[in-house]
Amino acid sequence: MIDSNRLPSGQPRIESLEMRGVSKRFPGVLANDRVDFDVRSGEVHALLGENGAGKSTLMKILYGLYHPDEGEILLNGQPATIASPTDSINLGIGMIHQHFMLVQTLTVAENVALGLPSSRGLLTDLDKVSKRILELADIYGLRIDPSAYIWQLSVGQQQRVEIIKALYRGAALLILDEPTAVLTPQEVDELFVIMRQMTRDGHALIFISHKLHEVVEISNRVSVLRDGRKIGTKMISETTKQDLANWMVGREVGFVPDRGLVQRGEARLTLEAVSCGSDRGTPGLRGVSLDIFSGEILGIAGVSGNGQRELAESITGLRKVTGGRVRLEGQDVTNFLPGELTERRLSYIPEERMRDGMIKDFSVAENMILREHHKMPYSRAGFLNLGEIARHSQALIQKFQVKTPSQETLAKNLSGGNIQKVVIARELSRSPRVIIAAQPTRGLDIGATEYVRQQLIEQRKAGAAILLISEDLDEILALSDRIAVIYEGQVMDILPREAATPEKLGLLMAGVKEDAVA
Amino acid sequence: MDFIIIFQAGVATGTVLLFATIGELLTERSGVLNLGVEGMMLIGAMTGFSVTVATGNPWLGLLAAMLFAGLVSQIHALITITLHADQVVSGLALTFLGTGISLVLGEGLSKAGTVALLPSFSVPLLSQIPILGPVFFTRQSILVYIGYFLVPVTWYFINRTRPGLHLRAVGEYPAAADALGINVHGMRYLYVFIGGMLAGLAGATISLAVAPGWFSELTTAGQGWIAVGLVIFAQWDPVRAAVGSYAFGALRRLILDIQGPTVLFGFANPFYYNPYWGFFLQMLPYAFTVIVLVIGSREAIRKRLGSPAALGNTYIRGERGL
Repeated sequence: MIDSNRLPSGQPRIESLEMRGVSKRFPGVLANDRVDFDVRSGEVHALLGENGAGKSTLMKILYGLYHPDEGEILLNGQPATIASPTDSINLGIGMIHQHFMLVQTLTVAENVALGLPSSRGLLTDLDKVSKRILELADIYGLRIDPSAYIWQLSVGQQQRVEIIKALYRGAALLILDEPTAVLTPQEVDELFVIMRQMTRDGHALIFISHKLHEVVEISNRVSVLRDGRKIGTKMISETTKQDLANWMVGREVGFVPDRGLVQRGEARLTLEAVSCGSDRGTPGLRGVSLDIFSGEILGIAGVSGNGQRELAESITGLRKVTGGRVRLEGQDVTNFLPGELTERRLSYIPEERMRDGMIKDFSVAENMILREHHKMPYSRAGFLNLGEIARHSQALIQKFQVKTPSQETLAKNLSGGNIQKVVIARELSRSPRVIIAAQPTRGLDIGATEYVRQQLIEQRKAGAAILLISEDLDEILALSDRIAVIYEGQVMDILPREAATPEKLGLLMAGVKEDAVA
Repeated sequence: MDFIIIFQAGVATGTVLLFATIGELLTERSGVLNLGVEGMMLIGAMTGFSVTVATGNPWLGLLAAMLFAGLVSQIHALITITLHADQVVSGLALTFLGTGISLVLGEGLSKAGTVALLPSFSVPLLSQIPILGPVFFTRQSILVYIGYFLVPVTWYFINRTRPGLHLRAVGEYPAAADALGINVHGMRYLYVFIGGMLAGLAGATISLAVAPGWFSELTTAGQGWIAVGLVIFAQWDPVRAAVGSYAFGALRRLILDIQGPTVLFGFANPFYYNPYWGFFLQMLPYAFTVIVLVIGSREAIRKRLGSPAALGNTYIRGERGL
C-alpha cells in the first residue's frame, strides 16, 4: 500500500458515514421514521426491505435528492450538510440508480463529462476525459470504450459506465440501488467481482436489494427496513435468509411454494412460428413456436425487452400478429379481438397492471366485472345490476383477501399488491382455460408475491395452461414445469425444470447457445 | 423571371425563417416545445418597428424586439416548466397572446411611413464569385450576414461545447442531468428565452429589413408556423435548418414571380392566365407545414427522426420515466 488513506483512484477514503435519526414525511406517509444507518470503508452494507419500506427515500436523502425533516448525517465523524446531488458528489458519495442515468444518444465520455467543469473552459475536453476513463477502467477492471454510444452498450456495460461515472467524480462511497434487477446471472457475478475489488481497495458500498440470496452473498452487514423503520442491523455471518425474510415481512414466510404433482393434459395454447412488430417498428417476435399444456406452467425467461411484451400482447389480441398462427384449444384465434378471446376463457394478468389491467378511476367493484359487465347477471337489457355486482365483488374481496376500505374505493387508491389482487381476482375467478401472466409479482412485496404465486399454482392444479413471463429468474425456477428462454424475439431453447440451472438460463438469456460454444 | 434574383430574395426572406427556426430548435433541444413562435415573431416585428419609429435607431428597435419577445417567452417557460402545464396548450395560447399584444400596441403603426432601416451592403471580393456572389453576398441586409454566422456557431455550440453537451442531455434525459448537478429547470428557462429572443429577431428582420413596415398579423403571415415545421424537417440540426429556411425563402419568392410572365418555358403560363392558381401555389408552404406537423406529432416517427427524447415532457424530480 502506497497510501492507506487514499483509494486507487487517488481520492481520499470515507472512513465512516453515519445517518442518525433520519425522518422524512410525505403527504400521508411517514417514509422514514428516525432511521439510524452507517457504513464504513471496506465493507458492503446491504439495505434490505420490501417495496415502500423506505430504502430509496433514505438513500435519496443521502444523495441530496430529498431533504430530511429530522436527523443528521456524519461524515468521518463530522456533521455534513447535503442539500443537493452536487454536495454529495463533492463529499465523495456516488449513486448508481436503478434506472440508469445515462443519455442514450451521447457517448460514454460525454456522459461522464456531463455536469463537470472542462479544462478547456466552454469547450469540451473529451480527449482528456477519455484518457481518465481508460485509467480508471484499468485500475478497477471495468472494460469500456469511451467513444461508444450508450445505446450500443448492453445493460451490464451501461452499469459499468454508471460506476465509472461515479468513480470519475471521486466517489469513495457508492450507493447501488437494486443494481442486479436488470442483469443476467453472469452479469451479476461480474458486478460482484467489481464490488469485492472496490471494498478491498477501501471503498464503502451500500447495496440495496430485496433479493435475499444476493444480499447474503455479497454483504458484510445488513440492515432491514420495514414500514419506514429500521428493524435491525446484523453481521451477515450471524443471520440466515429465513431470519431476514421474517424481519422484512414481520412474520413467518414460506419461501418456495409447494407445487405438488399435476398430470399434464392436452395442449391448450399453441403458437406456430408467430411473428409481430414492436412499438419501434422493429421486429418484436421472430417466429416463436410454443405449446402450453393443461396443468402446466411454462416459464418465459429473458432479459427485459427481448420480446416478452410482444409475446403476451400477440396472444391476447392486443398486438397484430404478422406471421404464423395462434391456436387456442385447437382453434385458430390469430388476431382475434380481446373480447372474443375472453369468451374462450383466456385470462391475462398484464405487465402494466395500472395501465392495461384496470381502470384507475373506477371502483374496485367495477374493475372486478370489467370482462363480463355486459353479460348476465351483471347487466340486463343494458342496465347494470348493481346488487349483483356488489355481491360478486364482495365475494371476490373476501376470497382473494383484497385489503380495501370498501368495494366502492377507487382502484388507484389501493396499494400495488392489492391492485394486483383485484386483477388476479377478476382473471382467475372465471375458471380460465389459459392464463397469460406477465410479470405477475413485479413490484410486489414478499407477502403479496407469495400470495400471487400460490394462486397460480392453484390454477395449475385446476388444469389451466399457464404462460408465466417473468424477468425474475428465481420466480421462473420456483414455479415453472418447463422454461423457455426468449432472446431478441426468438425462443433460444426450452428446458425442463429439472435441467434448468441459473447458469444455463443465463447463457441463453445472453443469446449464447451452448452447442454453439462447444 | 430571373433565378438569381429569386435565390437572392430567397436568402433574404429565408433569413427570417432561419432565425425563428434556429431559436425554436434550441428551445426544443432543451426538451421544451414552444408553439408560440408566430406570436413572438409578431411581438418582435411590432416592437422593432415601433421603437425604430420612436427613436430613429433601428439597432435599438432590434434590441427591444429581442428583449420583449424573450420576455413574453418566459410566460411559456413559467407555465410549462414551473407550473407543469401542457406545452402544446401553453404554446398555442402564447401565439394568441403575442398576436393580441402586437395588434393592440401596433395600432396605427402601419401609417408611420418610412423609417431608418438596417444597413444593406455587398461584400467585396466574395460578391464577385459567379452565381454564389450575387445570391449570397450582394446588397444583402447585415442581418443576412449575421444569419450566415449563426448557423455554424449554433452547430458548434450544440455539438462541441460543454454547455451544448448539457443542452443535449437536458433534452434527452433530464433526470440524468439532474443527478449530475445540472440545473434542468434553469437551463430550460434559458433556452426558452433564447428561442424567444431569436423569434423576436426574426420578426424584426421582417419589419426592419426584408419587408419593412407593420402590416398587423400579415407581417409574419404564418411564418412562425413554418419555422416550427422546419425544425422537424431539419431533424433538429442547425445546418439542415439553414438549408430548409433558404429553400423556403426562395420558394416564397418563386411563387410570386412565377405569376408574372405570360410565357413560361415556351408555353402559355397557366399561373398568369389563371390567377387563382396562384392561391394554390401560395398555399403550398402552409400545406407542407401542416403535413410535417401531422407526421411529427406521431411520437414513434418523431423518435426515428431524431427528436430530443424528452421533448414535450415536464421534468419533475423524483418522478419515474423521463
